[in-house]
Formats: sequence, C-alpha cells, structure tokens
Amino acid sequence: MNDDVVERAIKSSRDPQVFRALLASVKRNVGFLSKKPILMEVCGSHTWAISHTGIRELLKDEVELISGPGCPVCVTSPGEVAQMIELSYRPGVIVTSYGDMIRVPGRGGSLEASRAAGNHVEVVYSAMDAVTIAENNPEQQVAFLGIGFETTAPAAAVAVELAKARGLGNFTVYSAHKLMPPALRAILSLPDLNIDGLILPGHVSAVTGRKYFDFISDYAVPAVISGFEACDILYAILKLVKKIRARDFSVENAYPRAVRETGNTKAMAEISKVFRPSDAFWRGLGNIPLSGLELNTQYSSFDAKVRFGLPPVVEEPEPPGCSCAEVLSGRKTPRQCRLFGKACTPSNPVGPCMVSSEGSCRAHYVFGR
Amino acid sequence: MGGSEWPVCVALPLKVNEVDGNWAIVEVSGGKIRVRSDLVSVRPGDYVLVHAGFIIEKLELEEARKTLDMFREIEG
Ligand code: SF4
Repeated sequence: MNDDVVERAIKSSRDPQVFRALLASVKRNVGFLSKKPILMEVCGSHTWAISHTGIRELLKDEVELISGPGCPVCVTSPGEVAQMIELSYRPGVIVTSYGDMIRVPGRGGSLEASRAAGNHVEVVYSAMDAVTIAENNPEQQVAFLGIGFETTAPAAAVAVELAKARGLGNFTVYSAHKLMPPALRAILSLPDLNIDGLILPGHVSAVTGRKYFDFISDYAVPAVISGFEACDILYAILKLVKKIRARDFSVENAYPRAVRETGNTKAMAEISKVFRPSDAFWRGLGNIPLSGLELNTQYSSFDAKVRFGLPPVVEEPEPPGCSCAEVLSGRKTPRQCRLFGKACTPSNPVGPCMVSSEGSCRAHYVFGR
Repeated sequence: MGGSEWPVCVALPLKVNEVDGNWAIVEVSGGKIRVRSDLVSVRPGDYVLVHAGFIIEKLELEEARKTLDMFREIEG
C-alpha cells in the first residue's frame, strides 16, 4: 500500500507523458513574460540533472538556466584546497576525502598528485568510512575532509560524536562545510546579477526545511524547492515562471515528498551540537561572514585545523585562465571561459568546475555536444 | 562517487530492507548497501533519501500523494 503510492509518485516524476505536458506548459507560460527569464539553481545535482534530462537544451529558447554556488567541490576555496593538499604531505597523516575532491587542482598540485607522490590519501564514500580507517590505523592520524552543505554536515557531526564516544584520539575533521543562506544572500546582493528566479536544492531543503529559505522573499525573487527527477525540475520551472508573472515572492515547496516545513530537526540539531558558524571563503564569492562551519570548543580536539596548527585560510588565486569564480557566481557561462573544451576538459581539468560531476563546466561539456 | 557520472546528491529514493542498530540495509539496483540511520528513524519498507552514506530523510506516504496530485493537475 505504502509502496504503491510512493512508487507511483516516483514513476510519475519520470513519466514521459507528464514531461511533455509540463514542457508545453512552461513554453506557453513563458509567452506571458516580457523577457526570457534567467533561473539559477544552486545544487550540483540540479546542474547535472538539467543537462542530463535534456531540459537545458529543450528550453534553450524560453528559459536561461544558470548555475550558482551549489557544487560542493567547486565552492571549496583555493585556500582550503591548498591546506588539504598540504595536510596530505604531513608525515603520519592519512587524508580521507570524498572522491571528486582529490582531482581538484590547487597550490601544491592536487590530492591525487600527492597520492601518486607516495602520500596517504584515501577516497571514502561516507564520513563513517573515515572513522573506520581511524580505528584500523591507531598509529596514524586520520583527517576527514568535510565539504558540502547542510546535507553532508550532519553526517560529519555524527562521525565526530562517534569518534569521541569511541575515544579515537587520531580522528579529525577538516571542516570546509558551507551554509546555503549566507551564499544566497551574497548572490542576491550582487549588483551585476539579474536573476528572475531561484531553483532551490531539494536535499539541502530536506534537511533544513522549507522555512529556512523564507528570507529570500525579502529580495523579491521567486524561489521554488525542486526534486531531481525530470518532471520535478520542469514542475519547479513552471511554478517559477508563473510566480514571476504574478510577482509572487513566497518560497514554495515543489518537492513535498521529501521536504517538510521544518526539515529534519534531528539532523539540524546534530549540526549545531558539533559545529558553529564561522567566516568562510567561497570560490567565486570570496569571504562571507558566518557562512561556514567550524567545530565547537568541546569538540576542538577533533578539529584538524587545531590538531595540525593550520593558519587561517586566506584568499588564493584561481588556476591561471580559469573562470570558475565567475561561473559559480552566475556571471559567466562555462562556454564563455576561453579554456572550455580546449585546454580544459574532464580528462585534463584546469578548474574544479570541470573536475566534479556536479560542476557546471563538466555538465556543459559532457552533455552539450 | 569516484569517477562515476552520477553525482552523490542525485539521491534516488531507496527502500529499507533491514534495520540493525544505527545501520540500515537498503536496496539499490542490483544489490544492497549498508547506510547509517543516525539522522532518521526508519523501519523496513520505508523509502528514504541517502546522501553520502547517511539517510537524510524519509519519503512520506501523504506527501507522495501530493506529488501524484501535483502532476495529475498538469496532465488534465
Ligand atoms: S572551463 Fe575549465 S578553466 Fe574554464 S571555468 Fe570551467 S573549469 Fe575553469
């Protein structure tokens, strides 16, 4: 019974007939607007899905779909990348990282290059795997590179608590976690950016809840929370187009099967138990006050920055010629980067936006030909 | 994620098969994986979203109905 409704809901979100009806409706409704709307998504998975489903191509005359700072690997600042690489060169340290991160080029090469040079860099699927590695290697220090948003931060928090409960003195987290609202405020305050609507990240919202994003209405930009199936995304686009016309600036939830008003309160409580907001550098947006997470004082012995005496992160230059900073802040499309598809390709990436499967440059390159 | 074209965040809804303490066994195409259930209490049969090895939310029956209605409204 339960199966039935949930499965039918999932099926209908992929139904070609629903998809065609939604597509026609978007096209018809855009006709009522005075100009082609610019919609920004802020989730690497939306970047990927919008390209993968063909929506970007199918709506290229009606809607401009751009990416904001939603790809976790991409928004990690050059200064943070440099510290992660540096950490991997410390003797006796095992650096554990989500997969895409290890290929990001930065000062000192990349984690992948560091591993090739004989250092210990392990790719993990989950923060829990890093805890297990720490248990199995008591003679070594294990630093977990915590990147991502409100979705991955609770997992890192649980890992820290488990390490504490198990008395693991060799486990630390290098927290480069980022919070969505300060970055959205920064984007919405950019004087040279004109976005007509925001497609909000479905899984960040599943954790934070819809209400968390209510502040967006202060900026008079419509926003809709979207899921990740083809019809979910088209439905969110349709809602946005209608809201632009109606000048309706409420924040709407178009992914109700996963997103509640107040989200996953247990996960949010985990974040605030282990972390506190701190200033953080974002690639593309620079330093944003209280937009990152650092470990709370009572967990500071699990803070890699404390354990290894790392200095505060500073601004570092982008890779030469790379426009990732502009791409991540919606000021340039990947194709406007002169290295795109020439000096910079997925097999030879110059910047993180071409490394990550959630990166905008990679999505445009892989699906755009 | 390593190298695959599927980003982590396209968290497909997965069905819980078994619960064992803070671990849950979920069904993925062609097999089963072990994920953490520290952040959501789940029971066998639940549909869940998994992100980087942790269940981050459960799909609700009532809300899935809303999704069906939402798309039905378009078809009509
Ligand atoms: S195409 Fe490559 S060099 Fe250009 S912005 Fe994207 S990642 Fe950077």
